[in-house]
Amino acid sequence: MTNASLFRYKRNSIGPAQILILIVLCVGFVMVAYPLFWVVMSSLKTTEDITLNIWALPTDPQWQNYANAWNRGISGYFVNSLIVTLSTIAGVLALSSLCAYGLARYKAPWLKYVLIAIMGGMMLNPQVCLVPLYGLLTALKIRNTYLALIIPYVAFRLPLNTLLIRTFFLSVPKEIEESATLDGCTSVQTFSKIFLPMSRPILLTSAILTAYYAWNEFLFAIIFIDSNKYRTIPAGLMSFRDALQIDWGPLLSGMAISALPLMVFFILVQKYFIRGMMAGSVKG
Amino acid sequence: MISRRLRSTVEPIGFVLPCVLMLGIFVYYPLVQNVIYSFFRFSAFSPEKIFIGLENYRMLLKDGVVLTALRNNVRYAIVSVIVQVCWGLVLAAVLEDKALRRVSPFFRTTFFLPVVISISVICLLFGFIYSPIDGILNNFLTLVGLGSWARPWLGSGKTAIWATIAVSQWQSVGYVMMLFIVAIQKIPEELYEAAEIDGAGKLRRFFVITLPQVKEMFFVTSVITVTGSFLVFNEPYILTKGGGPGTSSMTLAVHMYQSGFFKDMMGYASTIAVVIFLISAALSVVQLKAFKSGED
Repeated sequence: MTNASLFRYKRNSIGPAQILILIVLCVGFVMVAYPLFWVVMSSLKTTEDITLNIWALPTDPQWQNYANAWNRGISGYFVNSLIVTLSTIAGVLALSSLCAYGLARYKAPWLKYVLIAIMGGMMLNPQVCLVPLYGLLTALKIRNTYLALIIPYVAFRLPLNTLLIRTFFLSVPKEIEESATLDGCTSVQTFSKIFLPMSRPILLTSAILTAYYAWNEFLFAIIFIDSNKYRTIPAGLMSFRDALQIDWGPLLSGMAISALPLMVFFILVQKYFIRGMMAGSVKG
Repeated sequence: MISRRLRSTVEPIGFVLPCVLMLGIFVYYPLVQNVIYSFFRFSAFSPEKIFIGLENYRMLLKDGVVLTALRNNVRYAIVSVIVQVCWGLVLAAVLEDKALRRVSPFFRTTFFLPVVISISVICLLFGFIYSPIDGILNNFLTLVGLGSWARPWLGSGKTAIWATIAVSQWQSVGYVMMLFIVAIQKIPEELYEAAEIDGAGKLRRFFVITLPQVKEMFFVTSVITVTGSFLVFNEPYILTKGGGPGTSSMTLAVHMYQSGFFKDMMGYASTIAVVIFLISAALSVVQLKAFKSGED
């Protein structure tokens, strides 16, 4: 919004309605912010303090809770989540941009059916394929490895991202491609030297949406991985909780470690994230 | 010429093949297999599958837990549409109001925060909030003199499902709000200016301009939240240890998981998955139909 359009309005006076709205917003703020604040605050307390002085600020900050959580498992889960998330992003970006290029730049009649299959894929959800996928991954001997998460994650994120990138490719003027061909570029070169660099914003949006999904995915993560060694954060936190029993300080620290980096990251890239959410929602 | 024609037929295959193979093997093949599995009885640990025809479906119709789960999914859907879609729209409209323009970015970011927190962190957090004796909620109620309202939120069959549903609302209302904010920002300023000149108040401007202009987004978010409500798994799985107490907070996805991976009735789990598939496919068709009609 431009400044001009902002100032075109005469300043609205603050009436009782505005005050009521502000009060409602502040109540909403407390409902969202206080629990988050409580996690950080309590993560610095001893377990006795957490249960007995629920509202009190930590008198003697227990920073070792964080070291404790990190050393007792969170570090491993964190690294696993990083590996799975980054590999998923790489796989999704590579396969969906290739496919999007094929769909956007060629006219073969059978491509129509590929497009329909991809659109249909957007409507399929992981729950429906859970049992056969479990069998399939077992048969391929990759259950309980990183691939057991990466491959299904990539497969289920392909439809959305292919359609997203295809829409962008369709908007690239035909002349750019033609002049590249005249300059002797092969189609692979046109794709990698011209289309990919041009579509950096949409690829970034795709990467962020994929990161959000892969970092938080829970259903596959608890079913396809049994071994603590390969657990990602969402599933790992569950076994972390069970292992700690009532040692709540480290558990709360572990929760804070798991949530904070991504919160900061997503707030920083909010613009791309919201753009991707919009595209994803409008198309299905 | 020949080489050029050859190029335009062969090359696209190279581009789309990896993606098509991936989708075919890990999405569509399991989908078909799931339907076939629903006619069999088998265990996760043995390769032997026994064909039992419609036996799983007969079991499904007699399974009271399926009814409980369906009822809970419907409750999820109704509450989610009211809280996330309706309340999300109101929040978006209020935050986009010029009178609040200086404070709204602050509220907008805060309300959006839960969206970017992993659901398992949120569920663990709400475990602390709902905890009967040392939980934040019951202590807060006692603090403000409503101690008689305190109860074991997740431990009682009457409240467990509602407490679970509340967590999802807490997390997702900001997501829908953000979609509406973007939709509202796309409404041409002139419409509001014209209405203001005609003397329309804020409430009237909301009903006459905002609401009709975000009609499509309203529909999309409704379908998304309803579809999500029929797939919900994480919240009941973590918060109520898989749909407890008893089966009071069971949902279809949790019931499927427990039938397959807990009771080792993989065929029956596939049958429940077919039900989930049919429901979500029907919702997708509704969405597509509505979009077609919107384009005319």
